[in-house]
Amino acid sequence: MAIWLNSDSLILVQGMTGAEGRKHAQRMLSSGSKVVAGVTPGKGGQSVEFEDGVTVPVFGSVAEAMAATGANVSVVFVPAKFTRGAVIEAVDAGIPLVVCITEGVPVKDTAEFNAYAQQSGTTQLIGPNCPGIISPELSNAGIIPASITGKGPIGLVSKSGTLTYQMMFELGDIGFTTAVGIGGDPIVGTTHIDCLQAFEDDPETELIIMIGEIGGDAEERAAAYITEHITKPVVGYVAGFTAPEGKTMGHAGAIVSGSSGTAEAKKVAMEAAGVRVGRTPSEAAQIARELLAKKA
Amino acid sequence: MDLFEYQARDLFEAAGVPVLPGIIADAPEEVAEAAEKLGTPVVVVKAQVKVGGRGKAGGVKVAKSPEEAAEVSKNIFGLDIKGHTVRRVMVAAGADIAEEYYFSVLLDRAERRYLAMCSLAGGMDIETIASEHPEQLVRFPIDPLTGLDETAAAAIVEQAGFAEADRAEVARVLVLLGKVYTDNDATLVEVNPLVKTGDGTIIALDGKVSLDNNASFRHDWSALVDNSRTDPLEQKAQELGLNYVKLDGDVGVIGNGAGLVMSTLDVVAQAGSGLPGSPKPANFLDIGGGASAQVMADGLGLILSDQAVKVVFVNVFGGITACSEVAAGIVGALGLLGDQATKPIVVRLDGNAVEEGRHILAEAAHPLVTIVDTMDGAAAKAAELASAAA
Repeated sequence: MAIWLNSDSLILVQGMTGAEGRKHAQRMLSSGSKVVAGVTPGKGGQSVEFEDGVTVPVFGSVAEAMAATGANVSVVFVPAKFTRGAVIEAVDAGIPLVVCITEGVPVKDTAEFNAYAQQSGTTQLIGPNCPGIISPELSNAGIIPASITGKGPIGLVSKSGTLTYQMMFELGDIGFTTAVGIGGDPIVGTTHIDCLQAFEDDPETELIIMIGEIGGDAEERAAAYITEHITKPVVGYVAGFTAPEGKTMGHAGAIVSGSSGTAEAKKVAMEAAGVRVGRTPSEAAQIARELLAKKA
Repeated sequence: MDLFEYQARDLFEAAGVPVLPGIIADAPEEVAEAAEKLGTPVVVVKAQVKVGGRGKAGGVKVAKSPEEAAEVSKNIFGLDIKGHTVRRVMVAAGADIAEEYYFSVLLDRAERRYLAMCSLAGGMDIETIASEHPEQLVRFPIDPLTGLDETAAAAIVEQAGFAEADRAEVARVLVLLGKVYTDNDATLVEVNPLVKTGDGTIIALDGKVSLDNNASFRHDWSALVDNSRTDPLEQKAQELGLNYVKLDGDVGVIGNGAGLVMSTLDVVAQAGSGLPGSPKPANFLDIGGGASAQVMADGLGLILSDQAVKVVFVNVFGGITACSEVAAGIVGALGLLGDQATKPIVVRLDGNAVEEGRHILAEAAHPLVTIVDTMDGAAAKAAELASAAA
């Protein structure tokens, strides 16, 4: 088992004919994911050739691609200015999961397409500005390298891509059920809380790692949720203790304003919820290792 | 991007929000001219800084003649308000204020929609209103799909407790301010105070607006950009297209991915905390996903040009980024710099093409470069070298 993405997932790539979409569609295919369709308006009827003689058809719309291939996950690589339209199209087509990789999306657009997806009741959105989701050895929807680690008992949720990779690497010998990069923007579709609950409900996930970073109060809210609803052990890590107030550190959402959003506040909230927080990614990995050994 | 008050005022005016005339001035003579031009019996000289608390800091003064306006402005120009030096003022027509209200629209990250806040207790800062008069602060959720429409505005003015006679006009202004928010891709529009004058007119007397940089592709914001406070290295980084923030330490940090670089800063600060001179990170520099050797070389060149940097720590976990490109960038930059490169460089590489990357560095065998296998180990090494160089 894994959450949201498994060996039955049939992936379509919005923007597959672009450089990024093509590159990552190849990487997804190489890792064994079932990429069944590409969608580019105006390019329906074409196809894209990949390594080892694999050919993936391109459709003019998400609805057509779904009808023809049964695709149930969309990974969005279209440029920021077209992202809003692409996600709304996918929601209208009724696809169950949209993973939006694109960075630099105006937050107004995200607020709109996220509200639209929520209102639809049929589509879950992950991202934008995220590395995607991977259930190692089952499926990979996004840009997380599949070669870092395999299947195992850890569930991972993180705002950051490279910290996700770092943590998967640190615990590469143990493995993961699913790792979800929820993205570093001020508004994201799937939250820490959504992931925590899904991992809680997943029988194969034995331990959850939650990686946070400065900005907003998502980690504090997740901590409150853990106290109430999560029985599995949770290990935490927060990045950005040295970040100064008022400076955006790369992610649009990573900014400390006033007294809120500091790494220290998040660490305190997580520890109060019984989460063991590592001071470095390695230390967090070490704690996870110990907790899993104790369980065994 | 935060705007100055006068820029916010211009956006308000363009959207039809009632504002008072205001003219910007960069010197006392210009202040007198502006006051003359306004021709009102009373003018207000207001410091233009992107920080709150101007009034308390002496950055807002009333004057009854152009001469007096010029005179009071002399004490405002050059004033330091919470680290912001006043270089420009706005001379605004004086208002006959009967009542002061508070209004804002902002992004509600937690609820993933917008939030409108309104209070009859305007004039003081929002934190004070929220803590001293929480019952007087209306928080009204705004659906991003409908925006702040007439229905929402009517509900807000009613809940805030505006007098019947004022409700229609205040609601009209709130809808316009909601339009300022959405039409300009703002993440904050705050009016404090929103005032009612003696003759019953509703006016936005002050404005604070933040715009979403991600939306710059669909607006012309060139006139709004303010580089006066930008660090020269940040300026250079911007020109190179690098994601860089200057900090005040001595260990230069380069990595890939915002999260990993933030984490690297923390690990360096921790490693340095027990050492003589307590080395700290000198900067944040994210070379991004899939960086080429050129981007890496540009980044290293920039960091090495920072006088404060004693040691550089390159921390890369190659997801899409190939470690071989990073290594080639380091070798290339050092080759270009030749004898000018004198600072030690600690490198930690893992992930995509790590073997090739380490091989390239080992082949080059540059005396300044040290390869360390783990992130924590490399941070400790960098901090140690910085401490020794202090």
